[in-house]
Amino acid sequence: MNILVCISNVPDTTTRIKYSADMKAVDYSGVQWIINPWDELALTRAIELKEAHPALVQKITVITAGGADADPTLRKALACGADDAIRVDAAGGDSLFTATQLAHAVKGEPFDVILCGIESSDYNGSAVGGMLAELLDYNSVSAVSSLNLDGNSIKVTREIDGGKQSIETSAPVVLIVQKGIAINPRIPSMRGIMTARTKPLKVVAATAAAPGSKVVGYQAPPQKSACKMIDPENIDELVHLLHTEARVI
Amino acid sequence: MNFEFSEEQLMIQQAARDYAQRELIKDVIERDTHAIYPTEHVKALSELGFMGMLVDPEYDGGGMDTVSYVLAMEEISKVDSSVSVIMSVNNSLVCYGIEKFGTEAQKEKFLKPLARGEKIGAFLLSEPEAGSDATSQRTTAEDKGDYYLLNGTKNWITNGNTAGTYLVIAQTHPEKGHKGINVLIVDRHSPGISVGPHEDKMGMRSSDTHSVMFNDVKVPKENRIGEDGFGFKFAMKTLEGGRIGIAAQALGIASGAFERAVKYSKERKAFGTEIANHQSVAFKLADMAVKIENARNLCLKAAWLKDQGKPYGYASAMAKYYAAEIAMEVTTEAVQIHGGYGYVKEYHVERLMREAKLTQIYEGTSEIQQIVISRQVLNEF
Amino acid sequence: MSVLVYIENRNGKFKKSTYELVSYGKRLANGLGGSVTLLSIGKVAEDELKNLGAYGAGTILSAETDVPLDDRAYASLIAAAAQNSGATLVVMAHNVTGKALAPRVAVRLNAGLVSAVNGLPVSYQPFVVSKKAFSGKSLMQAEITTDIKVITLSQNTAGIETFAGNAAVETMDASAVTSGITVLSTEVQTGKILLSEADVVVSGGRGMRSADNWEPLEELAGVLGAATACSRPVSDEGWRPHHEHVGQTGKVVAPNLYFALGISGAIQHLAGISSSKVIVAVNKDPEAPIFSAADYGIVGDLQTVLPKMTEAFRKFKSGN
Ligand SMILES: Cc1cc2nc3c(=O)[nH]c(=O)nc-3n(C[C@H](O)[C@H](O)[C@H](O)COP(=O)(O)OP(=O)(O)OC[C@H]3O[C@@H](n4cnc5c(N)ncnc54)[C@H](O)[C@@H]3O)c2cc1C
Ligand SMILES: Cc1cc2nc3c(=O)[nH]c(=O)nc-3n(C[C@H](O)[C@H](O)[C@H](O)COP(=O)(O)OP(=O)(O)OC[C@H]3O[C@@H](n4cnc5c(N)ncnc54)[C@H](O)[C@@H]3O)c2cc1C
Repeated sequence: MNILVCISNVPDTTTRIKYSADMKAVDYSGVQWIINPWDELALTRAIELKEAHPALVQKITVITAGGADADPTLRKALACGADDAIRVDAAGGDSLFTATQLAHAVKGEPFDVILCGIESSDYNGSAVGGMLAELLDYNSVSAVSSLNLDGNSIKVTREIDGGKQSIETSAPVVLIVQKGIAINPRIPSMRGIMTARTKPLKVVAATAAAPGSKVVGYQAPPQKSACKMIDPENIDELVHLLHTEARVI
Repeated sequence: MNFEFSEEQLMIQQAARDYAQRELIKDVIERDTHAIYPTEHVKALSELGFMGMLVDPEYDGGGMDTVSYVLAMEEISKVDSSVSVIMSVNNSLVCYGIEKFGTEAQKEKFLKPLARGEKIGAFLLSEPEAGSDATSQRTTAEDKGDYYLLNGTKNWITNGNTAGTYLVIAQTHPEKGHKGINVLIVDRHSPGISVGPHEDKMGMRSSDTHSVMFNDVKVPKENRIGEDGFGFKFAMKTLEGGRIGIAAQALGIASGAFERAVKYSKERKAFGTEIANHQSVAFKLADMAVKIENARNLCLKAAWLKDQGKPYGYASAMAKYYAAEIAMEVTTEAVQIHGGYGYVKEYHVERLMREAKLTQIYEGTSEIQQIVISRQVLNEF
Repeated sequence: MSVLVYIENRNGKFKKSTYELVSYGKRLANGLGGSVTLLSIGKVAEDELKNLGAYGAGTILSAETDVPLDDRAYASLIAAAAQNSGATLVVMAHNVTGKALAPRVAVRLNAGLVSAVNGLPVSYQPFVVSKKAFSGKSLMQAEITTDIKVITLSQNTAGIETFAGNAAVETMDASAVTSGITVLSTEVQTGKILLSEADVVVSGGRGMRSADNWEPLEELAGVLGAATACSRPVSDEGWRPHHEHVGQTGKVVAPNLYFALGISGAIQHLAGISSSKVIVAVNKDPEAPIFSAADYGIVGDLQTVLPKMTEAFRKFKSGN
């Protein structure tokens, strides 16, 4: 079995977001780049499975669509335990563009399980995994919080509206994973860092693809406003505001 | 000149930071309070390769450079120096000593398990009567033909109980003074070795410090490192490198306390504003930042010299001296900025302050570093 | 310029969020100058479907099937419905199901997708929507440039509007639907929620007065599906277990909603809750520092306020 893990290269989640003067772009200068946290968990689970089933899982490949500045992130994934890496040399673009690039690069390659994070921590799009599945015409299962292999059967738990489901499916499949899929993200070992030096990182050319959307501009979110005081005789007001204004219930 | 770190160096720094901030931080107060040895963490850090990160991969090490080692030591020491001292002794004293001066057979037999972290090493130099003055060794290694007979007491031995492999400095030819000293690789579990009680320390309370007694311990001749009488030189050479580790530890203690102080000063309010807005607090932070930056540069310079194969003893003495001194100053100010909260365990800075104190004492006190530095200054200029 | 809205039922019933989605679809259709069609997959009684007329539903396609949610199969049904109804805009909820299906539908329709949209578009021509980015640290406006467009709506960002009119239910053939997955078991969400994972946390301080007073707090937590927590003195007193203590020296939590009940708001406590999205404070002291950290505050005695809160939330939950 070959596992492919899609990796998005994103700014460290503690980064303070800065913009260009015209507010049309994010200013990435000085940003520390990391593996998208959900992808990091996906990769961790893939490595755990390979360690647990060495005869079954032959290879873990990581892939990203991006410029050469994404290479350190891919090499970190190799240091964590992936066997090889692919970078589609295509920077920018929306989820459709990205998924098209990934699909182009892996079409015809024998990947049995493709893991994607449920969203990337930059554009929070929740889209690339599903799009990739459709472009490859694979099954997909979304909101996956556990993944186990039982021979050739693939057992997953997914979140559904109001609960959880355990599911059995088979390869090839795209699994879109979320919290719970692995607990502690892998930390690369010295040996891993050393062996990553000689692991293959293949750069493939981008394919012509049109994006389906584009960013028009950014705004800083509204500042936290002063505490709204609510009359203790009118708790319904609190319920109403939490529902319609704060939108947390 | 180039002040950029390589991709791998940054990866190692991040790995150490992730481990420290996710795992070490969890029970650090508990471990410190009850002086609990960090067994699990030593195991995990061994698996990650930190315990032998400087050793050549040929001998199962991580093959990383000294700059990476400084970055890793700093990150681990921001959280728990009881752990980083174990890492430091193993890497820069024990593994380095055997790798640099040992025979092929010694490396095969002793270095490999140390580099893998399966065994931990200890460095046994200090004695009840020989601390700063390491020449006055009373422990004897009597030449018995095909073995040495070891007798005497060593004090203050980090990893004294948990180590599997000791490097013991002992006198073979008292008439030759420090030129009669040898260094022997000794199995911790050899008959005749007894270990004293765990020292109840002010800081780094969960590292494992003991005195070690040798009573007619037989050590095979082939376990001697280098020529007969090489021991003192061996100790001085290894300590030169060891000081980089302790300097980086002191740096981490200082920067760990500094980061906490900055964060706290932006949260805590007094007289209607965050205390960071009071200039005397802000200026304290400025002074701390400058000191830390200086210490970091000294550490990295010494590491870089070592990686380049250039003499680094002077630089490592400076780094160790300066970093230890500013660690004490910075942690004291960090406690001050925290006010009463800084004086209790939950806020971590009082522990860092206690840890800082030790960096001024071990692997050559600050005064001994001043001697090393001043001698060179007077010789050269 | 017509709109297709995919609506999801739970055990044959629609939730309030569906009414929002339907009325959102209707408003979008009005904005685009077209009509709205709904697609329901699964078994829903005709009456339940017809109720949606009040929220703007015109035609409702009902695709009856026993096949459980299968991303590929459901997406193909939605795409077919969009094509058959001539929709140029497909709308889904930004929930687990919408996240699973929308990307596949977008590819099938050759459509651009923007997910987690906030409310109505900024403009229809060009079609520009607003959404959060960088996990809420930024707001972004994005234009969908394709002829057919797919969006998912962030819940509670559009509100519910009612419309006069009746819904017409049509069946859509779903007999050909097959599934590539086998569902082994389904577990309905119940039971105690872990503090570290909870979306809602109800936390009590010394203002709760004694261990015996915790029952009403737990009741509120039960109604909200929330985890319970406390300030440090509360666990030091032994009123609550230590693992519930939040703050500098306890757990750090980041729920969507944090209730601080009888907690003064010391900096050590705030250190553990400052990443919460929304903080509600109840305290009898109007000067308590917690009010400067909170988003919503009630000055009052918990003895009387807490039971009223439980009632109000219970009422809300049962109607939702
Ligand atoms: C927790 C801990 C762990 C340790 N781990 C190890 C270990 O693993 N292996 C090991 O071999 N040792 C270890 N040591 C020993 C440590 O290296 C010694 O404590 C240190 O070298 C100082 O020696 P001393 O304690 O005998 O002090 P002394 O040498 O007695 O010094 C006392 C004071 O006199 C000053 N002084 C001495 N000579 C001079 C001089 N010529 N000029 C000016 N001032 C002078 C010193 O600076 C100091 O202030 C450890 C110590 C501690 C506390
Ligand atoms: C080193 C250190 C670490 C600490 N770490 C933490 C920590 O991690 N977490 C933590 O929480 N604290 C911590 N503290 C304690 C912290 O400083 C505060 O003392 C504590 O948070 C106060 O808890 P409280 O708000 O429950 O109690 P109080 O400060 O006593 O506040 C009780 C509040 O309840 C209100 N009240 C009373 N009766 C009623 C009523 N009937 N109806 C409504 N309101 C009422 C009062 O007006 C008051 O505001 C720490 C302290 C120290 C020294």
